[in-house]
Amino acid sequence: MTTTHPPATLTAPRPSQRRARMRETIAGYTFLLPWLLGFFLLTFGPMVASLYLSFTDYDLFEANWVGLDNYTGLFSDPRYLKSVQVTVTYVLISTPVKLVAALLVAMLLNARRRGLGFYRSAFYAPSLVAASISIAIVWKAMFVDDAAVDSFLQIFGIDTGGWVGNQDLTMPMFVLLALWSFGGPMVIFLAGLKQVPTELYEAAEMDGAGAFRRFLTITVPMMSPVIFFNLLMETIGAFQVFGSAFIISGGTGAPADSALFYTLYLYIRGFTDFRMGYASAMAWVLVVVVGVITVLLFKTSKGWVHYQGDSR
Amino acid sequence: MTTTLTDATPPTSSPVTQEDSDRLRQQAQGRSRLGSVAYHAFMVVVSLVVLYPAIWMVFSSTKPHAEILGSVSPFSPNASFDNYLTALQGIGGVSFWTFVWNSTFVAVVSVIATVASSAVTAYAFARIDFRGRGLWFAVMLGTLLLPFHVTMIPQYILFQRLGLINTFTALLIGNFLATSAFHVFLIVQFLRGLPRELDEAARIDGAGHLRVFTSIILPLLRPALITVAIFVFISTWNEFMGPLLYLKRPDLYTLPIALRLFVDQTTTSDYGAQVAMAVLALIPVAIFFFVFQRYLIDGVATQGLKG
Repeated sequence: MTTTHPPATLTAPRPSQRRARMRETIAGYTFLLPWLLGFFLLTFGPMVASLYLSFTDYDLFEANWVGLDNYTGLFSDPRYLKSVQVTVTYVLISTPVKLVAALLVAMLLNARRRGLGFYRSAFYAPSLVAASISIAIVWKAMFVDDAAVDSFLQIFGIDTGGWVGNQDLTMPMFVLLALWSFGGPMVIFLAGLKQVPTELYEAAEMDGAGAFRRFLTITVPMMSPVIFFNLLMETIGAFQVFGSAFIISGGTGAPADSALFYTLYLYIRGFTDFRMGYASAMAWVLVVVVGVITVLLFKTSKGWVHYQGDSR
Repeated sequence: MTTTLTDATPPTSSPVTQEDSDRLRQQAQGRSRLGSVAYHAFMVVVSLVVLYPAIWMVFSSTKPHAEILGSVSPFSPNASFDNYLTALQGIGGVSFWTFVWNSTFVAVVSVIATVASSAVTAYAFARIDFRGRGLWFAVMLGTLLLPFHVTMIPQYILFQRLGLINTFTALLIGNFLATSAFHVFLIVQFLRGLPRELDEAARIDGAGHLRVFTSIILPLLRPALITVAIFVFISTWNEFMGPLLYLKRPDLYTLPIALRLFVDQTTTSDYGAQVAMAVLALIPVAIFFFVFQRYLIDGVATQGLKG
C-alpha cells in the first residue's frame, strides 16, 4: 500500500518510510510478545533471582544474605566435589565415544546400498527414548547382578557381580547408555555427509589418496561445521543428565556417590534438603562452566571449522 | 566405489582386449558382491546390538520375574501377561489409566501451545524487520544453550507462591510462551527456506502481517509444524523433572513419575512388572516413531545442518 520505489522525490518518502518502519516494529513486538513474556518471566527473571538466592541461605521460608559462603562452601563439600568429578568424567568420556560412533556409522550409511533406511531408523530410534524413565528402568534391570549383561559376561568367565551396585562399573554403564543414543548426532552427520560433493572424493581417489587420507583431508574439513554443532550440543547435554541417574541410583547417587551427577546433587540440595541458596550457587557454577566451554569451543572453532561461502 | 572406478576408466587408447575388460568387470562385481555381504552382515550385527535392549525389554516383560535374572535368552517357556496385569493394577489406589490420561492431557496441550507460540515467534524473527530483531534473536539462541537448572529453583518458588503446585498449569505455562528455543529455531530455519516473494506480494497488495501469517505462512509451515508437534509430544511424554517438582499427588502423576513411584514401591526384585510398565509407557512414543520417522529424521538433520 505504501509503494516506496516509484517516483521518489528526496523529501516525500521519508515520513512514510519512517511510519512503515514504525509499523514493522510494532508488528514485530506484537508477534514476539508471548516469547518476550516467557523470556522475562520464566528465564531472565528467574536467572536474576537465582543469582541473588545464591548469595543467601534461602530455604523456602527465609533468605539471609551470606555473601560468598555458598560458593566457598562448594569447595569444601566432598559430595559436591565428587559430583563434579563424576560429571566431568562422564562428559569427557561419553561425548567423544558417542560422537565417534555417530560419525563412523554415518559414514557407513552414506553409501548407495539397499536397506539403508532400515539401519538408519533402527540406529536413530534409541535416541528418542534413551533419556526416558522407562529406559532407565530397563537399563537398571539389564545391568543388575545376574541380569542379561552379567549373564552374558559370565559366558566368558567374567563375573562382575552386577554393574548397578559396583561403584567402578557405574560410569561405564552410563557411558553405554549415552553411546546407545548415538543415533541423534548420527542423523545430523549423515545429512552433512550427503552434502559433501562426491567429486571431491573421486578426484582424491584418482590422485591415489587412501581411505584414511580422504577422511582427514575431505570429510573432516567439509564436515567441520556439523562436527562443531554436534560437539557443542552433546557436551552441553552431557552436563545435564538427570532422569536416568535418578532412577538407576534410587535418587541418591549410590553406590558410594558414583552416580552422583551434578544435576542430581543440585536437585538433592535444592529439593530434598531445601538448601535452595546452595543449589542456586551450584546452578550458577554450571551456567558459568557451560558458558566458558561454549566460548572456548567457538574460539577454537575459528581454527578448525570451515564454513563454505554459500552454506545458506 | 571400486566398481565405478573400473567402469569409468576403460580408456579407448589403451590396448585392453574385450576379454580383459570382461574379466576385470567380473572381478569387480564379485568383489562388490562380497563387500555387500560383509557390509550387510556387519550392519545387521550392529542393528542387533543396538536393538537388543528394546528386544530384551519386550520379552522380559512377559517373563515371570524369577526368570529375568540369570539368562541372556529373551525367550521363556513360561511367558505370560501376568506382569502387565500387575502393572495395570495401578499404584496406591490410583488406576494406571489415570496416569495415561494425565500424560496424554499434558502432552496434547503442550503440543498445541508450543506449536502455536513457536510459529508466531518464528514468524516475527524470520519475516518482520523490526528494530532489535538481531539482538532478540541472539538472546533466543543463547537460551538454547542455557542449562535450565539455573531457572528451576526461582520458577519453583514463583509457581509455589502462585499456588500452582499440584496443577498442570505449572507444567504447561512455558509452552504457551514459546520458551523452547529449539522449536522456535527449527521453524525459523524452515521459514528462511520459503521464498519471500509470496508474502511480499501479499504485503504490497495491502495484507497486514496477521493476514500474511495466517493465510499464507501457516499453511506453508505445515511440515515444520508437524515435526515440532512430534518432537514436543515425545519430549513432554518423557519429561521427568517438571512433574517430579510440581506434581505431589499420585492422582495427578504423569507416567514417568508414576513409573518412579512404582519402582520405589515394588520390591526391588520385581523387575518383570517394572519393565512391563516401562513398555506400556513407551508405546505411544513407538507409534509416533513408526508413523512419523521421516519427519523426525529430517527435522533433526536440518537442525544441525543450518545451525
